[in-house]
Amino acid sequence: MKSLILRSFALLALLFLGACSTTPTVEPQASYPEPVFAIDRIVPADAVDVTAVYDPLEGMNKRIYNFNYHFDQWVFLPVVRGWKAVVPQPARAGVHNFFENFRDVRTMANSILQASPAKFFQSTGRVLVNSTIGLFGVIDVATSMGMPKPDEDFGQTLGHWGVGTGPYLVLPLLGPSNVRDGVGLFPDLVLQNYIQDDLLAQPVRATAFLFDSIDTRENTSFRYYETGSAFEYQTVRWLYSTKRELDVEK
Amino acid sequence: MTIYQFPQRALAGLLLLLLASLASAKATVEDYGYPITDRFVATIVGTPEGYEADLPKNIPFKKRWINIFPERKLPDVIWYGQEMIYAEALQKRPAPLIFLIAGTGASFNGAKNQNMARAFYKAGFHVISLSSPTFPNFVSSASATGVVGHAERDAEDLYRAMEMIWKRLDGDIEVTSFNLTGYSLGGFNSAYVAKLDDERKSFNFRRVLLINPPVSLYNSISLLDRMVENIPGGEDNFNLFFDKLVHGFGKVYKDQDAIGGDFLYQAYKAMDLKDEELAALIGVSFRLSSGSLVFTSDVMTDFGYVKPKGLVLDRYANLTRYNQVTERLGFTDYYHDFFYPYYKADYPDMSRDEFISAISLREIAEYLRNSPKITVMHNQNDIILEPGEIEFFNEVFGERATIYPFGGHCGNINYRDNVARMVATFTEGAN
Repeated sequence: MKSLILRSFALLALLFLGACSTTPTVEPQASYPEPVFAIDRIVPADAVDVTAVYDPLEGMNKRIYNFNYHFDQWVFLPVVRGWKAVVPQPARAGVHNFFENFRDVRTMANSILQASPAKFFQSTGRVLVNSTIGLFGVIDVATSMGMPKPDEDFGQTLGHWGVGTGPYLVLPLLGPSNVRDGVGLFPDLVLQNYIQDDLLAQPVRATAFLFDSIDTRENTSFRYYETGSAFEYQTVRWLYSTKRELDVEK
Repeated sequence: MTIYQFPQRALAGLLLLLLASLASAKATVEDYGYPITDRFVATIVGTPEGYEADLPKNIPFKKRWINIFPERKLPDVIWYGQEMIYAEALQKRPAPLIFLIAGTGASFNGAKNQNMARAFYKAGFHVISLSSPTFPNFVSSASATGVVGHAERDAEDLYRAMEMIWKRLDGDIEVTSFNLTGYSLGGFNSAYVAKLDDERKSFNFRRVLLINPPVSLYNSISLLDRMVENIPGGEDNFNLFFDKLVHGFGKVYKDQDAIGGDFLYQAYKAMDLKDEELAALIGVSFRLSSGSLVFTSDVMTDFGYVKPKGLVLDRYANLTRYNQVTERLGFTDYYHDFFYPYYKADYPDMSRDEFISAISLREIAEYLRNSPKITVMHNQNDIILEPGEIEFFNEVFGERATIYPFGGHCGNINYRDNVARMVATFTEGAN
């Protein structure tokens, strides 16, 4: 539990730092010559932007986005590369499955909270099979058997009961989120820590978060700024928001 | 079909099409098994599961960074674009090397380049995968001027990058021959790079394959630009159209447990889109990718296209409004109001029309006719060609052109017969 509190504190501290360094964005001044295609002439004032997402904290978010890139470059990705160099693929797959098994438990809990028996039985079935035949989750027998894998978290549970997303957020290390999904991380983390505290031996428990993070980064192909587009930030923002909206409806 | 809705060209178009189909009958591939005959569906959906070539999932396809213009100082808003990113998949023994050039707005890491890399790696090639000169990272890191879309200048930029990559690799790997291919605009680029190489002789390419290239770049981008006009109810109804698409995709997403390789095909079937809507979708996606390219060029050169000249944007600036403007502009606007004015002084004897129409394979037709190492794979119903333009390939390349009866624009590029043909182009006659 202690590590969770520490992590939460670090996260808040980073958010706070980001907020402090926010400066107003530069707006075109009258002193500049009009470009060939001036915004006011081309885009009608009443134009609706279908890809718009409520993002009042954009200045702070863009700074965290930038921070995440540098963390990726100097810490996260080098560690993932080392991990891949040292640990052979079958072992990494085992580690991945092991943590995915805990995500199925998270789905179980949230399915109850969403009053969704179908998803509850699907995820419970997976956990039962993978924890036994699958040797504590290391082998994903359930998927081989064709069992569907619903994915529910507390952010979706809140959305399911009508809680709005609130402002868009970029979280340190974790990336795109929003206030609702960010808050939803905490109950899910508490549950996971509770179960892991109960089930795992001390050395594994102490390092579980670390390996979970490495495994998650290894399996996330996204790289900050690699689309090369200056509009990447808002594209990612729209994609994340749309995907979450669909996930809640799913 | 949608193209012929433009009444002014309908008659001429139909006549040309008739002539083209008669003339090219001999070169057309018979008993072609690619399953999608509609040009728009093929372009969007690609190759459905079960028809794809059998390629290895994992190859050592590794990202690399190279600083082509170390003295360049990029504006802060695109600070991340200093080094060109590309990928390489290298054999551990002496092997032929092939460069791949991506299509308009696409990167070295796009699905098409990745699949081509798998095919050539499997066939025993060293593979170097490059982004299109129109990919924002290429514009900022590898374009000498930052204003791309010029046939010869893009070729110079690509050639410089290829030479620097080879300089870095020379000694580490053994290469038995150099080869080159690209799809779409990358095919067009390949033709001009091949010509440049015949003058400079750094590589002496053994074989060069152009896959679904445009003939006239301006004609093709005009066609793609105009596809946005197919939005039901006109461009003013863009939002409605966009919502329909998002919800259509959403429905398929929700009904599936996982997004498999067949997702687009499922989405297409579920949404039941008409040809006009499919064309509109292609037009919109083309516009989005040209939008980021144009903005990159604008901030690099401080030209004053959508961003006021002299205004400095930092890396945290809010760009939403600029994004909105570029989404409303076409690639043809870029050619007329940015590209041509930017280069005008360098070519004082050429009119705007001459300048723009010179960006064409017709300009180097004689070279292509007399270069047996260059071959073409194309589709009779490619959407980026004006009616009759396909005939250029039969006429200039003769036996060296393989024209498939359908496949749209690169829709059949992963189809097993096409992949086999593509690889055989480079392995036939090799030691």
